[in-house]
Amino acid sequence: MAKEYEMVIGLEVHVELATRTKIFCGCSTVFGGRPNSHTCPVCTGMPGSLPVLNKKVLEYAVAVGLATNCRIAPYCKFDRKNYFYPDNPQNYQISQLYLPVCRNGYVEIEMDAGGADERKIRAQETAAYSQGDTEGARKACTRKVKRIGIHEIHMEEDAGKLLHDQRQDCTLVDYNRSGVPLIEIVSEPDMRSGEEVIAYLEKLRLIIQYLGASDCKLQEGSMRADVNISVREVGTETLGTRTEMKNLNSFRAITKAIEAERNRQIDLLEEGQTVVQETRRWDEAKELSYVMRSKEEAQDYRYFPDPDLAPVRISEAFLEEIRARQPEFCTEKRKRYGEEYDIPQYDIEIITNSKHMADIFEETVALGSQPKKVSNWLMVETLRLLKSREMDPEDIRFSPKHLAKLIDLTEKREINSTVAKEVFEIMFEEDIDPQRYVEEKGLKMVSDEGALRRVVEEVIAANPQSVQDYQSGKERALGFLVGQTMKAMKGKADPAGVGKLFKELL
Amino acid sequence: MWRQRHLTDGQEAGDEIMELLSLSAVELGRAIKEGRTTAVEAMETVLSKIEETERYLNCYITVDGASALERAREVQAQIEAGVLAGPLAGVPVAVKDNLCTKGMLTTCASRILGNFYPTYSAEAVTALEKAGAVLIGKTNMDEFAMGSTTETSAYGVTRNPHNREHVPGGSSGGSAAAVASGECFFALGSDTGGSVRQPASYCGVVGMKPTYGTVSRYGLVAYGSSLDQIGPLCKTVEDCAVILEAIATPDTKDSTQVARTDTDFTSALSEDVKGMRIGIPKAYLYGAANSGKTANRKKSEGNTDLKQEERGGDTRYMEQGDCESSSGEGLAWEVREAVLAAAQALRSQGALVEEFDMELVDYAIPAYYTIASAEASSNLERFDGIKYGFRAQAEGLHQMYKKTRSQGFGAEVKRRIMLGSFVLSSGYYDAYYLKALRVKAMIKKAFDRAFEKYDCIIGPAAPTTAPRLGESLADPIKMYLGDIYTISVNLAGLPAISVPCGTDGKGLPIGLQLIGDCYQEKKLLRAAYTYEQYKHQGETGSCKQEVK
Repeated sequence: MAKEYEMVIGLEVHVELATRTKIFCGCSTVFGGRPNSHTCPVCTGMPGSLPVLNKKVLEYAVAVGLATNCRIAPYCKFDRKNYFYPDNPQNYQISQLYLPVCRNGYVEIEMDAGGADERKIRAQETAAYSQGDTEGARKACTRKVKRIGIHEIHMEEDAGKLLHDQRQDCTLVDYNRSGVPLIEIVSEPDMRSGEEVIAYLEKLRLIIQYLGASDCKLQEGSMRADVNISVREVGTETLGTRTEMKNLNSFRAITKAIEAERNRQIDLLEEGQTVVQETRRWDEAKELSYVMRSKEEAQDYRYFPDPDLAPVRISEAFLEEIRARQPEFCTEKRKRYGEEYDIPQYDIEIITNSKHMADIFEETVALGSQPKKVSNWLMVETLRLLKSREMDPEDIRFSPKHLAKLIDLTEKREINSTVAKEVFEIMFEEDIDPQRYVEEKGLKMVSDEGALRRVVEEVIAANPQSVQDYQSGKERALGFLVGQTMKAMKGKADPAGVGKLFKELL
Repeated sequence: MWRQRHLTDGQEAGDEIMELLSLSAVELGRAIKEGRTTAVEAMETVLSKIEETERYLNCYITVDGASALERAREVQAQIEAGVLAGPLAGVPVAVKDNLCTKGMLTTCASRILGNFYPTYSAEAVTALEKAGAVLIGKTNMDEFAMGSTTETSAYGVTRNPHNREHVPGGSSGGSAAAVASGECFFALGSDTGGSVRQPASYCGVVGMKPTYGTVSRYGLVAYGSSLDQIGPLCKTVEDCAVILEAIATPDTKDSTQVARTDTDFTSALSEDVKGMRIGIPKAYLYGAANSGKTANRKKSEGNTDLKQEERGGDTRYMEQGDCESSSGEGLAWEVREAVLAAAQALRSQGALVEEFDMELVDYAIPAYYTIASAEASSNLERFDGIKYGFRAQAEGLHQMYKKTRSQGFGAEVKRRIMLGSFVLSSGYYDAYYLKALRVKAMIKKAFDRAFEKYDCIIGPAAPTTAPRLGESLADPIKMYLGDIYTISVNLAGLPAISVPCGTDGKGLPIGLQLIGDCYQEKKLLRAAYTYEQYKHQGETGSCKQEVK
């Protein structure tokens, strides 16, 4: 009988913090910029320069620690990790090894018994609801909550970037990224499947985005995950030999790499071979991993406490200050939306999946718009435009004020829905004031009955065949006639009014 | 030009030079303010002195006479306009070559920084410039401050102005020799294990290491970051207080700096040691064996695992520890006599001076070399040929690193990098580095206990007077052992000052070291000032005490 295996997975997640300045100097963290334009003696490792901790980095690290139920160290230190590489101007990275800022935390992920990820469950549940299948919805609701332990969170600095100049055959260094603050979140080996890994990462992303501590974009590298994987026979207590997978730039790559590594390790064991402890690099195009370095080749980083940085003491008062500033997180928000607003569960999930979108929703509702209407604009038109432009909800630029105005215009029947969609698209691009735009472009709905009647009569006269069809019972012909009228009126007529008029005249 | 003027003026001008050069920094500052001389004249005089003696002494790596004169003119104008009024305005200063100076070559006496022009100035240098001091140039030193003789410099040895066959001490040897010879009015040095106090002692000048965290280290090219402090080398205790006051300014760029509100050091300059409790550790004078075995020594004898581990390694390092615990045994009798005479002088001024059994902590020297080398091995990683400094021609990155560092660093620096890398390596960290940190903590505790009883501790700054050139380099262990009186002070983060207290039979100066508790610079300055004034009166024949 074939043996049954399970995976044991732990993650090291690097998150780039959204501070204005670098971790140990006052240089800007803004992305882009001419090479080496955001640098100073500190972040280029000039002799005699000294690092000074950016307090905002500590605030973010502690906020993430509190949100992930960590114990915050009252006293933490920075250590030097020594290794030679040109992107690292001092040839040591300032990190935390011995006394990290946060320890022993956890996040909760929700899985069903089969191990499907959170999003899938939500979708099933909502689908069941919309079909009136309360039993199905109830079943989908019985999710298993699983805790993923967080071993520690520490603060560290990012390195610069090497660029190879093909023409001159030389390598150049850009230190603009050198000293950009990172936190590394090290999980316990608590995950057992790719789905759990994705659910865990989604959960971290949500928490950190809600804190405003980072935008957490895998593709852009502001969130990076290294995956430690081992396999063992089900029922075994001891851990198998693990490998570490690097260069995972998307959720898809993570899922694929985990699957491939699982199979590779199981195949080795089945063939009677052993797994070698090593670091591997995922090739996304080939969907294969390669050995980067084995354990024997691992460098001795000669860690020791950085004597240039005073130990950090975290007072209870500082912790209280951070606690008081913690936002309402996703889970709490979802619960409150369910109680306060009459909108579908699925909408709640999607809206709260982005702090930015949830903020837009709440602010628009606060301006007096009906929650249901706001939700509709976000769920239909906004999502459609985001998708077509390959944007994230975080990139939404239109203001709640303008969305409220647009909803108001349609509510007061000053514009029809077609015009509203057109205006919204422009608003989505440029955040224009819809009211002024409608007035300037003369898009207001024509409600003057005399004018309408004239156009309708013209359309009746010009389309005898359709009139005949309608009169002989073909309902579809009415649609055509209304369409012709709308076209003649450049879309500004009230379609319901036009339909009524036709019925009356014919 | 400046030289010609004095040379053509003949003998009289020569006397004037001597007279001007004999002024202390504060006296010169006063003379400039009172219009008796000018910043420009002072600089011209110093430059002519450099022209005269530098070829024998080699105190400097860089002298920028043109910029110095230009700056002196600017400063003179500002003094006349009343913009600059401080005691150091217009006074020529020399700065150790491990302090960054914007636009001026900063080599750390190493080949690897042979072409390094910093884009910024060290905070202490900026503070002096703000005070109106005028930078002459950069002084010679042991490469990256690693050494006790200024012989490990890649730019030649510096000679002791009192006897050119002898070393000036180190690592701030160029600074000490420049002050002693009149090639500057005062200088800055850095002190990691005695690098200000020991050359001050050898050259017969005043040198002080402040409490760790008093002077910003920003712009000081790091050797042992947790031990490094910048300190003044100067002619008088008064100069020392004035300079320290100028450079102990708060700086947010150094997070190891301590916010101090008591930096009005000149307020301590009074001749008053009545009732001051001064202790002399017997072991400093006679060796631990003769001073009655100390508690700690017994303890360490019982601590067999520590010894065994030492024996497991290079036995040469073990010997260091054994020799160190008998520190007084290597003490030259003339140094002992001079220190005892100084103690007697302080007693005569009303201080309560007594010898006492201080718990001497074994392994201070190995602990120091472990910690300083560990930090140095990491601090010096940035010198890799990538960003600045010397780069060797080689194929590929790895070869470039290897050749650059092999050719760029001297033997002593390489020795300490290797030692430091070894003690930090995986598996040895606990046995060496952590253990050294524990020794450091024990030393601090021993001093804490001593300072419960005494306001300050006195003893020699170095066991001997300046050795002959070449003598120390032949035997690095012996050189390391010469640091015995100074390194514990750095390990404990304490302030200490070295003041001249006589000469030996060959006319080589001897230094008296006064050690204080953390932040007690004022007590040290008061005691040192009192001693200095007493000694000066004895030398000049006037006896103020009797008049009183």
